[in-house]
Amino acid sequence: MSETMEQVASAARTDAPPAILLDKVNKWFGALHVLRDVSLSVAPGERVVVCGPSGSGKSTMIRCINRLETHQEGRIVVDGIELTDDVKALDAIRREVGMVFQSFNLFPHLTVLENCTLAPIWVRRMPKAEAEELAMQYLERVRIPEQAKKYPGQLSGGQQQRVAIARALCMKPKIMLFDEPTSALDPEMIKEVLDTMIALAETGMTMICVTHEMGFARTVADRVVFMDRGEIVEVGTPTDIFENPQTDRLKLFLSQILRGH
Amino acid sequence: MGDVTQKIELGTSVAAVPEAPRSPPMATIGPIAWLRANLFSSWLSTAVTLLLLYLVIRWAVGLVDWGIINAVWSVPNNQTQACRELKGTGACWAVITEKHRFILFGTYPYEEQWRPLISILIFIGLFIVSAMRRFWRKELALIWIAALSAIGILMWGGVFGMPYVPQERWGGLVITLILATFGLAFAFPLSILVALGRRSQLPAIKVLCVLYVELIRGVPLISLLFMASVMFPLFLPEGMNIDKLLRAQIAIILFAGAYLAEVVRGGLQALPKGQYEAADALGLSYWQKTGLIVLPQALRLVIPPLVNTFIGFFKDTSLVLIIGIFDLLTAGKTAIIEPAWQGFGVEVYLTVGAIYFVFCFAMSKYSQSLEAELNRHRRR
Repeated sequence: MSETMEQVASAARTDAPPAILLDKVNKWFGALHVLRDVSLSVAPGERVVVCGPSGSGKSTMIRCINRLETHQEGRIVVDGIELTDDVKALDAIRREVGMVFQSFNLFPHLTVLENCTLAPIWVRRMPKAEAEELAMQYLERVRIPEQAKKYPGQLSGGQQQRVAIARALCMKPKIMLFDEPTSALDPEMIKEVLDTMIALAETGMTMICVTHEMGFARTVADRVVFMDRGEIVEVGTPTDIFENPQTDRLKLFLSQILRGH
Repeated sequence: MGDVTQKIELGTSVAAVPEAPRSPPMATIGPIAWLRANLFSSWLSTAVTLLLLYLVIRWAVGLVDWGIINAVWSVPNNQTQACRELKGTGACWAVITEKHRFILFGTYPYEEQWRPLISILIFIGLFIVSAMRRFWRKELALIWIAALSAIGILMWGGVFGMPYVPQERWGGLVITLILATFGLAFAFPLSILVALGRRSQLPAIKVLCVLYVELIRGVPLISLLFMASVMFPLFLPEGMNIDKLLRAQIAIILFAGAYLAEVVRGGLQALPKGQYEAADALGLSYWQKTGLIVLPQALRLVIPPLVNTFIGFFKDTSLVLIIGIFDLLTAGKTAIIEPAWQGFGVEVYLTVGAIYFVFCFAMSKYSQSLEAELNRHRRR
């Protein structure tokens, strides 16, 4: 990485300790080098959008943040706690980091309400009534309180993804990770999920979002990170990245994205 | 809701009022159409249908003649002359009238046979209660412990003025129910632990579980029963003797456990990786994840093969005959050893078969309704 980029990467809101810090993180799948010296610092309240071609390591990077994938070299510090093999530390981090998946991953045998109350009851030890009240609050925020008694299979994709967002929020996380939350959705449902995410961003939540939705990135992102072949290639404001790409790789990627739309 | 009204408005504005749905032509639905399509579609099909119909009716008429019209229902004092004179044209149900208590209770003392009878009724009651979803709570475990203790007290006796009956005298249906119920009640939890262990990250646990499954699955149940009955006592210190029934029971539990473990493992593997990841991301511990997310889904998926194995083992308990335990089938076989009753095996085996069928068919039917109910969430 060039010096200017490292400056940009840590420029935003340096006054508070970072919510997430990745320091020269490396990871291999077998012999495949999927993350190469990835360094990124995210300040509390910052919204970061990660984009890049498929196979560029962006999903792997955010899955390392709550250790769904383990990294082999470098440091990852989340909310002041370093990710190691220590199970206690990992539990503490996972309580504070919510995640939304591309394929929703709702629990199909539980109702929408039970999906939302499960973790607060079992992980946070919250009384059931309180957890249900909290869940209804968040279901209202994602605008589907009337579906609470249904099973996930009875909902549309967009509704399921909004439930997944509510489920993550019920743990009152400090950080939210979104792994291509709209990629599995039909076009007419993308907007309802993005609107929910924009509303969430307005509450000041720390967010890292892997997405190709450039409109979303322009609206909410403080910074956009462009990854390619396991490296962070460019970091900058949405305007910098989309209007004034510095590298050929980013220019190529943007041209492909625009052609696609 | 808002989306729906919007869509409807869109639809009406674009297209005209849609045509009212038409019902399908009469010739393609209803029982007559079904018959014509499936049984009488061509002259060949019609001929086969008529031929089979004729055979089925003849067979049914013969069965009614043999089983009801020409049958002898009872004979005085073991005088089987009346039965023998039938020369196979009618069933000798007298053998069941005469020997049903032996078939059901084996050599259990005659005056005390109300005790295994009540035990059988307790078993059946226990199955019915356990099958009802509204009883699926923690208290059910207590009911099971109470019922099984009551059965133990009833069968052994020696208290409350009931004379002691050694295990060697137990037999018949109650032995089959004991072996099957205890066998599956212990084998099922064991199999879940083994299936989880086989997918464990810890090499020691994994190797242990793989060894257990492969070793037990690699030998026939009969050889396992022989080991339990003949070889196992050789390793015990002099004078120490574990009940033969208990040894057979343990062999059955270990055997069933290995098979069920592979069924459960199939369910665990069918679960998408995303379910594990979502549970992990929410911060659930291993046992919370397993108990709340993984097993409820995995076990639902494998209800058909699980019940398949259950039914198989219910019937496999009859193999204990080779180590001299009197289960239902053996008791039936022994009942016709007496010279007076020799040659009436068909009637006895039909009866014993019917008893097995009632239990197995009940399990099968129950599993179907359970499957439908538990998989409600998959319906739209």
